[in-house]
Amino acid sequence: MEQLNTLINIVYILSAVTFILGFKLMSNPISARRGNLISAVGMGAAIIVTLMDTHVERYEFILMGMVVGTLIGLLFAFRTPMTGMPQMVGLLNGFGGTASLLVAWAEFHAHPAGQGIFGGIVLWLTAIIGSVTFSGSLIAWAKLEEKFISGKPVMYTGQQFVTGAVLVGILGAGIMFALDTVAPEAYRYFALFSVLALILGVLLVIPIGGADMPVVICLLNSYSGMAACASGFIVQNNLLIVAGALVGASGIILTLIMCKAMNRSVANVFLGGFGAPVSGSGVDVVGELKEVKADDAYLMLEAANRVVIVPGYGMAVSQAQHAVRELTEALEKNGAEVSFAIHPVAGRMPGHMNVLLAEANISYDAMVEMDAINPTMETVDICMIIGANDVVNPAAQEDKTSPLWGMPIIEANRARTVIVMKRGKGKGFAGVENLLFYRNNCRMLYGDAKGSLQALIGEFKSAAGS
Amino acid sequence: METTILIFLLFILVLSIFLGFEVISKVPSLLHTPLMSGSNAISGITVLGAILAAGLAKGGNNDFAAILGGCAVGFAMINVTGGYFVTNRMLNMFKKKEKK
Repeated sequence: MEQLNTLINIVYILSAVTFILGFKLMSNPISARRGNLISAVGMGAAIIVTLMDTHVERYEFILMGMVVGTLIGLLFAFRTPMTGMPQMVGLLNGFGGTASLLVAWAEFHAHPAGQGIFGGIVLWLTAIIGSVTFSGSLIAWAKLEEKFISGKPVMYTGQQFVTGAVLVGILGAGIMFALDTVAPEAYRYFALFSVLALILGVLLVIPIGGADMPVVICLLNSYSGMAACASGFIVQNNLLIVAGALVGASGIILTLIMCKAMNRSVANVFLGGFGAPVSGSGVDVVGELKEVKADDAYLMLEAANRVVIVPGYGMAVSQAQHAVRELTEALEKNGAEVSFAIHPVAGRMPGHMNVLLAEANISYDAMVEMDAINPTMETVDICMIIGANDVVNPAAQEDKTSPLWGMPIIEANRARTVIVMKRGKGKGFAGVENLLFYRNNCRMLYGDAKGSLQALIGEFKSAAGS
Repeated sequence: METTILIFLLFILVLSIFLGFEVISKVPSLLHTPLMSGSNAISGITVLGAILAAGLAKGGNNDFAAILGGCAVGFAMINVTGGYFVTNRMLNMFKKKEKK
């Protein structure tokens, strides 16, 4: 028995090592896959030895949970299209939170006595972080799917007051609960702060607009780790704490990267409302929109030596990544050098564009980060923008009154010629006119990105055929 | 909960946070989506706590707690299997093409 416990703990240490190693090997796309496998083996080993724990006295519920969870997990993993990754990660964040909430509830239900004040605080923390993560993630998911609620920010008067009142309620119920977890009212307090935390999750995410979702998803990712970490304190398990802290740190790092790439603070994102109509005039737009048709755009591309493609959320929406690959191949056959400039907040989650391009079989060394591509922009013959808008808006550098002011951008305007693929004349997420579109070196190619790309590919093919 | 255990666990927590920041800041933005789905998988570690709850001995309050634990096992396993398999699927797509 003592020996079994030692064995379990040794395996936990090894599992912790595999998780850390797994993240470490992710520093490089070649070793990343091995890292993921190593991490999975560590997880499997930890699960197996926990099943051997002498405290586990029956297996029917464990078995049911394992079978159902594994099946659903596999379904998610193999059925989700790459364009749906933000939604899937969003949902999984929520499930992680739910699991922690349920563990806290089960522990409190089985052993209300003997928790002491620290035990009470830990139960409270786990339940509220788990609840906020769960409901917040569901809202984030719905916003990304644009199924049940619109992706637009939802604002109402007294918003901050309501959120504040809910916070006070959670804190008050938590204090009453932690002071005496055996009292007959304790269960009611537990229910109260859990439900209030579920409401808080909704209140926090509902005012945030669709294009700010990368930040929200990152933060909820972090919360799901923190919830796991807190539940580690409940069952007094080191491995939960280490793994939870790693995930928590990862989510926070990504959150900060996203915020920096939008030149906004976390608080600014969460107070919400970005993307609502902007008051104030800003600088006057000079110039006019110059439309180009596919046949002329082809002639421009045909003569280009260096082409940079800037993908955005619009590429994901029209599922155009495979057409992008085909055009890239045609351009390369024509002797041009093609690379992809990827803004950190392009798409709906960090790295979204990279995954889509990789799915279409585009070599990852052609994908260049914003800071690396900008200094070379002047040598670019054609910068082609596919479904991106705010991330290439020079207003960020030229118009101090613009909501985009100060945001780092891909400096497409410095390329010799810019071709913008865009569905219509609408504004970007920030609701700001894009100064780039009015520049002399900019041409607008209207229409669905996939259709426009296929027209260009057709031009290349017929030229090769004749 | 005893204070000595709490302090010990907090000690582990603080070190893990620092380690996490160190290791994860080295992941390139190229791989940030697989990083997040991999994090999903690891946050499924709650499954260990869930197994202990779902395996509580029969009788009294334990029965309902074990059912809650069983549900927690289910949710956590979605993360574990969904997270690891989708991460593997994504990482398989990242290839470097030979220059012709």
